[in-house]
Amino acid sequence: MKRVGVVGAGVMGTGLAQNLGQCGFEVVLTDLSEDILARAAERIRANVRMGKLLGNGGPGFDPELIAYSTDYQRLAEVDFLIENITEKWDLKKEIYPRLDAICRPGVVFAANTSAISITRLAGLTGRPAEVLGMHFMNPVPMKPTVEVIKGWHTSEQTLDTAKELLAGMGKEGIVVADAPGFVSNRVLMLTVNEAMYLVQENVASAEDVDRIFKSCFGHKMGPLETADLIGLDTILYSVEVLYESFNDSKYRPCPLLKQMVDAGLHGRKSGQGFYTY
Amino acid sequence: MSIEDPRGQIRGFIAGKFPGIDFADGDDIFALGFATSLFAMQLVMFVEKIFGFEIGNEDLEMSNFRSVDAMVALVGRARDTVAIGR
Repeated sequence: MKRVGVVGAGVMGTGLAQNLGQCGFEVVLTDLSEDILARAAERIRANVRMGKLLGNGGPGFDPELIAYSTDYQRLAEVDFLIENITEKWDLKKEIYPRLDAICRPGVVFAANTSAISITRLAGLTGRPAEVLGMHFMNPVPMKPTVEVIKGWHTSEQTLDTAKELLAGMGKEGIVVADAPGFVSNRVLMLTVNEAMYLVQENVASAEDVDRIFKSCFGHKMGPLETADLIGLDTILYSVEVLYESFNDSKYRPCPLLKQMVDAGLHGRKSGQGFYTY
Repeated sequence: MSIEDPRGQIRGFIAGKFPGIDFADGDDIFALGFATSLFAMQLVMFVEKIFGFEIGNEDLEMSNFRSVDAMVALVGRARDTVAIGR
């Protein structure tokens, strides 16, 4: 496995491309516009520099290892594909059949999704045994563990291929079954959403909610700092997916979250969320 | 202040971000607790933008950004390099 396709050059796709490049893989990073790709290239450069500055970002690498393209046909060259587009079913359902037609038979498709059903995504392709979930954490280069999701039809060989890729990236996977939100987000999104209700109801400030989790439970980050890091728009999508999947009111999105997303307060990436950056 | 006054520029940038915080030019601003690692990268970008040079990988070390004195020294070294290059 030498060349990896990364579809979607947002925060996760950019982190993945950087991590793969730092581990010596060739990467084809695709997105819809040259502007998005230019921003991705700049972010990768800045992140590698920041890692160097802080001494925690891994090695520098040849920028030529990452090819940036708006032409999805370039994905015909890849040995493994990781999809990271926006967490919206309507977008996913358009792109999977396209990717299926472009990539070689047998190439594994990993959906880097935080909540959408892997089995449902696999059904969009003619290769359901080669589709799995790989839920990378943000920032990708700094997180050593990945939640790996086995869809209904995912083969053992596909899981082995994914583990081989992860080993090449210096990571390991924890395999779980396919269920809405998997393990991580089913718990995390509900926690984050409830923390937002606490702020909305003036029970505690964002700072105090986070302090309780850090000081009392020893968490490195509180739920609202985590929400800002992930991106409030992504949090809202994920909570909405859980709500739609279970039809259970306990997953209803907090109105404050909706309002902040509408106002463009998306967390770190927008400079403002529950905190100012 | 101007780019001929790196000390004033750098002090002004930090003070602007952290109004009311008292620090000396030799103080480790990260050890004092008000500056975070994210701010370190802002310092890198500020120095590059204002003084017009790109900080090389060999100088991307926290020790070069811990204090006003360290950053002034970094800018001075970069200027020397440019001058020698000319």
